[in-house]
Amino acid sequence: MSDVIPAIKKRKLSTSESIYLVEVLKGMAITMGHVIKNIIGELKGQSTFDTMEYPEVRKPVNDRFKGAHRLTTRPDGKYKCVACMCCSTACPAKCISIVAGEDADDPIEKYPVRFDIDMLRCIYCGFCVEACPKDAIRMDTRIYEINAFSRQDMIHTRDYMRDLMAGDKPEAEQWYRENPQHSPEGFLGEVPPVIP
Amino acid sequence: MSETMLTVILALVKCVFSVAFVMQIVPLLIWAERKGAAYIQDRPGPNRAHILGVRAGGLIHTLPDVFKLITKEDVVPSHVFRPLWALAPIISMSVALVTFSVVPWGDQILIPAEIAEKYLGTTGPLAVKLQVADIDGGLLYILAMTSLGVYGIMLAGWSSNNKFSLLGGLRSAAQMVSYELAMGMGVVAMFMTYGTTRLDEIMQIQAESILNWGVLLSPPVGVIAFVLFWVAAFAECNRNPFDLPEGEAELVAGYHTEYSSLRFALFFMAEYANMVVASSVTATLFFGGYNIPFVNGAMLRENIDLVLMAIGLGGGLFFLFATSVAYGRRKDPFYAAMDAFKGPRPNKLAPTSGLNGLLYRALHDDTLRQHEWKIFTAIWAGAALAHFGLIGLGAMKIASGMPLLTEIIVFVTQLNAFVVKVLFGCWMFIWVRWTLPRFRYDQLMDLGWKYMLPIGLVNILLAAVWLLIDANAMRLYAAIP
Repeated sequence: MSDVIPAIKKRKLSTSESIYLVEVLKGMAITMGHVIKNIIGELKGQSTFDTMEYPEVRKPVNDRFKGAHRLTTRPDGKYKCVACMCCSTACPAKCISIVAGEDADDPIEKYPVRFDIDMLRCIYCGFCVEACPKDAIRMDTRIYEINAFSRQDMIHTRDYMRDLMAGDKPEAEQWYRENPQHSPEGFLGEVPPVIP
Repeated sequence: MSETMLTVILALVKCVFSVAFVMQIVPLLIWAERKGAAYIQDRPGPNRAHILGVRAGGLIHTLPDVFKLITKEDVVPSHVFRPLWALAPIISMSVALVTFSVVPWGDQILIPAEIAEKYLGTTGPLAVKLQVADIDGGLLYILAMTSLGVYGIMLAGWSSNNKFSLLGGLRSAAQMVSYELAMGMGVVAMFMTYGTTRLDEIMQIQAESILNWGVLLSPPVGVIAFVLFWVAAFAECNRNPFDLPEGEAELVAGYHTEYSSLRFALFFMAEYANMVVASSVTATLFFGGYNIPFVNGAMLRENIDLVLMAIGLGGGLFFLFATSVAYGRRKDPFYAAMDAFKGPRPNKLAPTSGLNGLLYRALHDDTLRQHEWKIFTAIWAGAALAHFGLIGLGAMKIASGMPLLTEIIVFVTQLNAFVVKVLFGCWMFIWVRWTLPRFRYDQLMDLGWKYMLPIGLVNILLAAVWLLIDANAMRLYAAIP
């Protein structure tokens, strides 16, 4: 191993460069060019910026983007979930807690009385979705703004996750209708495929 | 009213005006700094804070900024030397404000005899100099005051009892001393050429002709002196590329690391106040101060109606253009879509009822945002109309019959010329800051001592040679108005 560090030769400045002033003026001309370009764009109302004005303008997320969890329902409005605990078992972050209850309806047998996901612990790995035998939990909302003012509010409950997309205000529905490529599967009314 | 009373009252009014002048430009500069930086870096810049949806291009941001600084906790670290620590920001700010007192911001106002005798109790007409202190050593006073500015930073750095702050203070002391010299050399050459250090006389010399402006005097002495002075002014204001005292990469925040709340605000404002003062001194020394090229005060007074019409036409056309731009933007598809879009998930946690709801709505309701450009259209159309009204007033020869009105118009016109020059200088500060990288410390010292000081000395020699050739060198071009 050689410990000789090759010296980097400094380029000699030309006369005009060593006075600085000319080069400074050149640099200032470049920055002023940007200012003028942007002011003209602003006056015309045509944005010359690459910046996205975030809450109003959003970058479309990838088709494979997951986002927050939601719970799917049967056509009759009941949860598809049968409280089998597969998801909470598969969860590496141990953030899903389910309390099972007995369903009066015979072929279903069990339903979730509580189904809480602690979003502060969730690592969004998607194992719960993989583990679910009933297609009851999905990560297809593409919602990435998961926030709250308290830790308690960061625990997404059963009903919250059911209504996450469905009950969410007409504006959202309108937006998803205009941008169907971003719409989560089954959000715009079609019944999600039933897995027997 | 006695003569003394009048003098005192006039002095007070002028003091208030000069402090207000500097302090009014500061928030504007903070806005210009943010917006300019954004535009240089191809970003939209501040455009969020709004009053009921009117954002005024980010100008509103200054309000919450000030509110934040005032309401923040004033942290006093236990390890500081309290008396000096508390004094430092005050020194920084007051030195900046005090320097401005010798800068004239307009020709003198001549209050005609009949009005002055009737209302002010003087004998004969009253001439009011638009300058707080007209002292003989005006230029020397500026040099003295700017070098006092280093105390603020040095004391802040030392009394903070903190390595980085101390280093920042040290650097700033060394830097200020080095560049003080270069600045002094530039000024010496200038007052040799002018033959006086009194700013009032300097202004009168420059009023004679545009070719008498400092930069053009006994070439190339004026130009070299200007470059020296301007570069040194950057160093004195601790602005990029000479902002080593702050050097956030190395020194946290330099001398003001330990300051918070309003004390920090004082340092922050002092930086901008220094910029205003430096550009106004530069404008006064080198660019004719309040003088408008090719038009001096006497000409303004003679053709006051024409001046009024010219102001009306120029301002009217400008605001007409602004109106047309705003009107064109009123239904902008891009911005309208942006404004109308509420997003797929409105804030679920927003309070809707009670006092909280009311407050939330007052602060966050931006439904007016879509009408922002319509509001601007109305305002600017009004301004354009008012300016076109001035043409009518000029045509009716109203001003020429009223000497006091004439004086006021002349004052406003010249003040505007001065403000334009000062603001351009301030924009230069901002422009350079976002263009150039910071100097390395040894490069900074090299530039100050090895280049600027010798150039300054040679410049003084040149000025002396000019004086030998022609004792009235500066009046060389006085033939052209």
